Amino acid sequence: MTATSLVTPTTSSVHLTLSRRRLPTWSFPVLGVGVVLLTLALFAVTPLQGRADFLVVVVPTYAVVQTAVSRAVEGRRAARDRLATIVVGSCFLVALIPLGGVLGYTVVKGLKRLDYTFLTHSMRNVAEQDAGGGAYHAIVGTVEQVGLAAAIAVPFGLLTAIYLTEYSHGRFGKLVSFFVDVMTGLPSIVAGLFIYALWVLALGQGYSGFAGSLALLLLMIPTVVRSAEEMLKLVPTSLREAAYALGLPQWKTVLRVVLPTALPGIITGVMLAVARVIGETAPLLLTVAFTASINNNPFHGAQAGLPLFIFSEAMLPNDTAIDRAWAGALTLIIIIMVLNLGARLVARLATVRR
Amino acid sequence: MFYERKRPQRGDTVFRAATLGAAAFLLVIMAAIAAFLIAKALPAIRSDSVNFLTSSRWNPDDDPSTWGIAALAVGTLISSVLGLAIGVPIAIGVALFISHYAPRRVARGFGYLVDLLAAVPSVVYGLWALVYLVPNMRDVSKWLHDYLGFIPIFGSDGLYGKSLLVAGVVLAVMILPIVAAISREVFLQTPQETIEGAYALGATRWEMIRICVLSHGKSGVVSAIVLGFGRALGETIAVALVLPASNVITFSILKPEGNSIAANIANVYGDAGEIGRGALIASGLVLFAMTLAVNLIARGVVARGGNLRRKAAA
Repeated sequence: MTATSLVTPTTSSVHLTLSRRRLPTWSFPVLGVGVVLLTLALFAVTPLQGRADFLVVVVPTYAVVQTAVSRAVEGRRAARDRLATIVVGSCFLVALIPLGGVLGYTVVKGLKRLDYTFLTHSMRNVAEQDAGGGAYHAIVGTVEQVGLAAAIAVPFGLLTAIYLTEYSHGRFGKLVSFFVDVMTGLPSIVAGLFIYALWVLALGQGYSGFAGSLALLLLMIPTVVRSAEEMLKLVPTSLREAAYALGLPQWKTVLRVVLPTALPGIITGVMLAVARVIGETAPLLLTVAFTASINNNPFHGAQAGLPLFIFSEAMLPNDTAIDRAWAGALTLIIIIMVLNLGARLVARLATVRR
Repeated sequence: MFYERKRPQRGDTVFRAATLGAAAFLLVIMAAIAAFLIAKALPAIRSDSVNFLTSSRWNPDDDPSTWGIAALAVGTLISSVLGLAIGVPIAIGVALFISHYAPRRVARGFGYLVDLLAAVPSVVYGLWALVYLVPNMRDVSKWLHDYLGFIPIFGSDGLYGKSLLVAGVVLAVMILPIVAAISREVFLQTPQETIEGAYALGATRWEMIRICVLSHGKSGVVSAIVLGFGRALGETIAVALVLPASNVITFSILKPEGNSIAANIANVYGDAGEIGRGALIASGLVLFAMTLAVNLIARGVVARGGNLRRKAAA
């Protein structure tokens, strides 16, 4: 009798469990609904209104209420943990707003004008308030400019990367590596300004698609060098040693063994570099100028380009021009997405083969 | 059968020379860029009748040539710092969410989603900002002015449109994917045993993140931030579309004032004469110096972090 009376009070008043007291799962929806109702009441009484404002009020209020309740029931540490979860989660949601905004806006507004006419006609003799017109001239220009830039930057960047991984052992390699880093930081507008002052004006070459390629390739080279270098470094030394053991000279080892092994990775890097450069507007603005007509020759005369097309149409006050700008933006984003997906595909196929 | 090789193969010599040539040519290009830009900038700086570092006017082609980069440099810094202030906390939250909060299975997809943001070209951001952000930021700006107007930076003259704040928001969106992607990689590299150790000692998830993940990833996150800062400094088109392009040194981020070096180049290069172009080139050099300093700092932070880690491991 005395023994039981001694035991029972201890077990009921002091929790001898291993887990702390926790809020039950049903409490969170209840809290949520409560906060929403409270905010709705607040919006009915005060001049606050609007869906965006509602969210701005609801989320912090919920965070405060939940933290307070959790602190009272579960203690300070658990309350902090729950608050952190809310903050981190809402950071992610906030980041999705511009993503959804930019992509959604581009798709919805771009589809309005992305039609056959848009892809096959230029802006020649199309006034800004006219509904027709298209970006054919700009697409041609972009393909030529970026193609030329890649045609120069890729072999050049690849050779530099091969030098850095296979040949350089001394101070010169470090110097080159350092300047590749410096080049990475070259602002695109400064690259454009350099080509504008040197090629277009000082050398008297005038505006042309090729001038734009020159500016773009300055921006492409460091990315190509860096990605190719990373990929070449991944090639195991044992492969090289095996090639040497079979009597291959170094240059054949690099060309026949090292490069083919690293090729998928290098292709991925190049495609990503192209995707990066294809949307550059600032350097083109200063070097390619702009034209409303089709110019198939990248070496002579002003050309258009998709980013330039978007920029120039966006500056116009007419809705027809803004619609064209969105259609151009959608075209550009589709091209970039295809390049990105292609790059991922190449990378994946390569890993499967290995 | 063994061959005595007396001299290196001709193929080797040629190939080595080709790669060395490419590497050397890269140095030549950088040297040429530096030399040419400086050569073009110097005459303009010499003919400047006011101090080019402290003046904020931009009339290089007038007869007494008066121009300076003060307003442009300040505007560049303020908009970039605003972009960091808004973008970095969100980016770190996103990185933490993807690395330690989201369920494994969907985390990769979320990662791709954020990377998608990095693939959108800046001119599209500019277009979106001009069409969507400028009108929609009006209410936010007005709210900031009405309730926080006593703080000088939120001063306003009642015109809410293009402003440094809008430019800052665009830059925040643009640097978010870069900072988030690098931070995510760094957070994922937190050694598993320290995470398990923290949990074993009874840490909550947030405590584990503070003790293990954040302290482990500090230097990586700092270099990610600095890289994002460099990107923000050099951004041209998106900023040119939403900045008011008025050369005034201003700290009021809501007023239609402010300009940036890159946006100024894009806006006025077409009308610039000989001295005007030199002036633009000088401002471009200042911008390059700024991004260069920022990138070198990032490199230094990474290198030092690596050393520390190696020392800790030894």
